[in-house]
Amino acid sequence: MNAMFYLLAAITLAGGLATVLLKHLVHSALAVTVAFAGLALMFLQLDAQFAGFAQILVYIGAVAILIVFAILLTRGADLPKHGVFSRTWPLGLVIAAGVFAVLGWAVISSAGAIPQQNASPSVTVHDIGIALVGRYVLPLEILALLLTAATIGAVIVAMHEKERPGS
Amino acid sequence: MIATSAAANPFFMNLDQIFVLLRNWLVGFLPVALRPAAGVVLAVIAIVCVFPGLFALTTVFERKGLGRIQNRLGPNRVGPFGFFQPIADGIKSLTKEDIVPFSANAVVHFLAPLVLVVTVFMGFAVLPMGRNMVLVDMDSGLLFFFAMGAATELSVFMAGWSSRNKYSVLGAMRAVAQMISYEVVLLLSSVAVVMITGSLSLPRIVEAQNQYSGIFPHWYIFTPWGLAAFLMYAIAATAETNRSPFDLPEGESELVAGYHTEYSGFKFALFFLGEYLAMFSISGLGATLFLGGWSAPFSFLQFVPSWIWFFGKVMLSIFVFIWMRGTLPRLRQDQLMNFAWKFVLPFTLLNLLVTALWRFMGEGWQRWVVCTIILAAAYIVMGRLGMSGRHIGRRSYRYAE
Repeated sequence: MNAMFYLLAAITLAGGLATVLLKHLVHSALAVTVAFAGLALMFLQLDAQFAGFAQILVYIGAVAILIVFAILLTRGADLPKHGVFSRTWPLGLVIAAGVFAVLGWAVISSAGAIPQQNASPSVTVHDIGIALVGRYVLPLEILALLLTAATIGAVIVAMHEKERPGS
Repeated sequence: MIATSAAANPFFMNLDQIFVLLRNWLVGFLPVALRPAAGVVLAVIAIVCVFPGLFALTTVFERKGLGRIQNRLGPNRVGPFGFFQPIADGIKSLTKEDIVPFSANAVVHFLAPLVLVVTVFMGFAVLPMGRNMVLVDMDSGLLFFFAMGAATELSVFMAGWSSRNKYSVLGAMRAVAQMISYEVVLLLSSVAVVMITGSLSLPRIVEAQNQYSGIFPHWYIFTPWGLAAFLMYAIAATAETNRSPFDLPEGESELVAGYHTEYSGFKFALFFLGEYLAMFSISGLGATLFLGGWSAPFSFLQFVPSWIWFFGKVMLSIFVFIWMRGTLPRLRQDQLMNFAWKFVLPFTLLNLLVTALWRFMGEGWQRWVVCTIILAAAYIVMGRLGMSGRHIGRRSYRYAE
């Protein structure tokens, strides 16, 4: 825990807060990108190069772009007149607090399950690759199947509907 | 090796390492504690100076070359043969009024060109520009390069959306859709190289190609899978940098200037700079992955400094970019997307399988024959299928005959 960590944590938190507090949807999308970038830098700071770059590639390069595309292609980026905040926000707060509590409990209780390591492990891309096609090959294949199904689903959704003879 | 005597000559060895030696000499004046940081700062300064300088040169060469192709003179008023034109352009863009549209989103409008230039410059950090000349030798350098490339898309969207102009938004949507489609191809064609080298580190990839059989180098472009991957990479790189024939996002006849319509003065110059820097970095990566990076094309030319080969290869690719711009007409949006998803992507995926086959067939002539036949057959079949049902007759001229 050094100054760098607190700086990155501040950036990430500011990005996250801006995401939920800003009124404009596109601004929120750009703010969530800042939060993603902060997380990526956090991974890099922990010497997890692969995770950090994958975070940038996937979250900033794909997820953020997907979000802005969805905003622009659906209801437009203009502000609605009656305000953007839902009236049931206290309920949302309770749910968020509950999720955070479960996550925090899981992280804290897992600290005892993992043996203490003094030296930081050096994980290279090579190691990750070997692990992915070795020990974790089944989850990888299941993910690949899921993504293929999602792709086919997207194509079917986007396909032109054929004229039915009756209608 | 034939050229060992020439390459081992101390003069040529020093010339090869001249920038490294220069940096070490300069850093030597500082206390030891500051030396590593100062070395990095010097290298960054060098990158930040050299590539915009190349950009200035390239604008003149491009305008001269296009003029030559179009049978006119090109810039010829400022300085000898118009070579001081970029200086005049630079002064003009610095002194021009910076106009921000009234309804524009000022903060995002201001940030967009900065995000573009910064992320593009970051890509240069992992490119090996000569022997021992790489700013950061990362274990996953290729991934870093693509991560930075992905971040530029967001700046294009920011520019288009914040301008509050329909041409800007349309241009940005086109640009982002195009960049996403071709980025997949760009990544997958590079994966072939990673599969053979077994490393994501760019210096390692260059070293793997810096070997010679007789006088010929082991560049990946001289293998069937490498040639196929290089062609797909070149197509994707052209689309990724929005260059002709894939310059729809800036199609002047339809969109004024695309996502940077509402930019003027120095911010426009930054976009211009960012696009050319992206061309340099993507050509540099292409040279590193397929053309042996800084290694010499023949073993007897190894005495020539490595950085000359790297920059020579980059400038050669820039020349090809300019040549294509002067030669090919612009595609239509549907042609662009069909080409990406129905031809380039399947072919690249097939090439990955062929690369794996190449890797596991072992040494020998069989793998050359098998891989070439598979790729050529796939190319012909997919080309025929793509063109079936389309009747293309003789081109008819209305006025030019």
